[in-house]
Amino acid sequence: MRFLMALTKEDVEHIAHLARLEVSDDEIAEYVAKLSGIIDFVAQLGELDTSAVEPMAHPLDMGQRLREDSVTEQDQRQALQRNAADVDDGYYIVPRVID
Amino acid sequence: MSQRQTIAELGAALRDGSTSSRELTERYLARIAALDERLNSFITVTGEQALAAADAADARLAAGNGGPLTGIPLAHKDIFCTSGVLTTCGSRMLENFESPYDAAVVERLAAAGMVMLGKTNMDEFAMGSSNETSFFGPVMNPWDTDRTPGGSSGGSAAAVAAGLAPVATGTDTGGSIRQPAALTGITGFKPTYGRVSRYGMIAFASSLDQAGTLTLTAEDAALMMQAMAGFDARDSTCAQASVPDYRAALSASLEGKRIGVPKEFFDGGLDAVHTQRLRDAFAVMESLGAVIEEISLPNLGASVPTYYIVAPAECSSNLSRFDGVRFGYRHEHATDLETLYKRTRKDGFGSEVKRRIMTGTYVLSAGYYDAYYLQAQKARQLIAEDFSRCFERVDIIAGPTTPTPAFRLGEKLDDPLQMYLNDIFTIGVNLAGLPGLSTPCGFVDELPVGLQLIGPQFGEATVLNFAHQYQSRTDWHLREPPLAEEVAD
Repeated sequence: MRFLMALTKEDVEHIAHLARLEVSDDEIAEYVAKLSGIIDFVAQLGELDTSAVEPMAHPLDMGQRLREDSVTEQDQRQALQRNAADVDDGYYIVPRVID
Repeated sequence: MSQRQTIAELGAALRDGSTSSRELTERYLARIAALDERLNSFITVTGEQALAAADAADARLAAGNGGPLTGIPLAHKDIFCTSGVLTTCGSRMLENFESPYDAAVVERLAAAGMVMLGKTNMDEFAMGSSNETSFFGPVMNPWDTDRTPGGSSGGSAAAVAAGLAPVATGTDTGGSIRQPAALTGITGFKPTYGRVSRYGMIAFASSLDQAGTLTLTAEDAALMMQAMAGFDARDSTCAQASVPDYRAALSASLEGKRIGVPKEFFDGGLDAVHTQRLRDAFAVMESLGAVIEEISLPNLGASVPTYYIVAPAECSSNLSRFDGVRFGYRHEHATDLETLYKRTRKDGFGSEVKRRIMTGTYVLSAGYYDAYYLQAQKARQLIAEDFSRCFERVDIIAGPTTPTPAFRLGEKLDDPLQMYLNDIFTIGVNLAGLPGLSTPCGFVDELPVGLQLIGPQFGEATVLNFAHQYQSRTDWHLREPPLAEEVAD
């Protein structure tokens, strides 16, 4: 099975929206060309017979470690918010979401 | 005269009192100040903190409480979080980011008494094989400043090769330690996935990322690994396996040990001189008593497309945290939240990072997940099984680290696929979670190339043993660029 992939302008706009990336018209043209090349390249994996293979879930075949359900983290709000562009009284400030 | 010295040499001089950590730290800081404008290997130099740490190390040594790393200067790749010092990850997005905490690697090496000289340049978010995607400009290869040092740990590699630091940390997601080590003629070691804690190491592809070292020798890599390896509850994929004595393992004989050479590594691509350098290295191993055997990794060809699905998919997920709200760059002109996200990410990320976010978003998107991501995880299983099958017969796998010596700056920048294909020999190791090391094995066109040694999972001691034995019979790892002989005044 070989599915040759060529992305359209609409595909690129859709992916950019999902990725929350603003793209200019120039960038869209470049993505159409370069992403199509990359997607087409990786699509060659479709030719590999994997019908009898389980997908890898973990490189060490390790399960998720569990711990006691107890509080281990201390409050570091002030230290963590020092990197934010805009905070007020312990809250992160963003443009208005609800009118 | 060489201005480069190993950790083992510096440590001995510190312990017998013939030098002090302050003296060493001042010397390396002077070298950085005098020579780094030709390399651009550092993003941040932390002179003041380094001298304070050096004085503390000297006090510790004087009190007789020093270990093998106490007082030794080092550089950290700028992907490791350091409190009180900027951590940029080579990105505009984190240009002004100051982590509230230290990465586990930083913490452990500081506790061992090492002295941080600064933070090294890297491809943006570790995405690149040439160090050209850094927001802070490319790093130059000390062997030829028109060429790339490789990437993504290009700053760490260039700094160690030129003697601006005796050792530097790095991270390896698809070859980002081994490839720059090969292209700058030094030793690069990436341990087993989960061997070293990823806590505080900014994530690119979480199922592949692993911390390691860029050093002058395999012995130095063993000394570093002794302090870096071990369980850390703060990284959910950190292995609970015990840490053996890596240095003690270095001296084991290679008599009767089996080295597998995958025939696919020599199926084409490598030029005749490069192939001969590797054949010469295998002959050295044979003279040490090892037995060379041809093996096969039939799914090697699938490793590049597999990697360039899995890594971008994980990258797109990991980098969704950069939203302009909690940390990092924020676009100033946005009147609604979605525009804030989109413009912040448009301006905060460079083009290669955005290309990978887009690729990853596409392969994970509705309707395509099974064809790409799921198929890639199945291919990954096949690739890992190829390696496991080989390790039933051989102790170690050997081959080239890269298809060519260092390429010219700009040569592959506009052609992402050509750049990706450069990773053919290194990425299978990450997909299978194995330890891998690159050691210098000679020159092609007057530029260094590397011999790659790959071990089974948690076979760090074996890999370091083979590399050390090889380095004890050869002097390629001692060859240095002219820059390393220049004295800073």
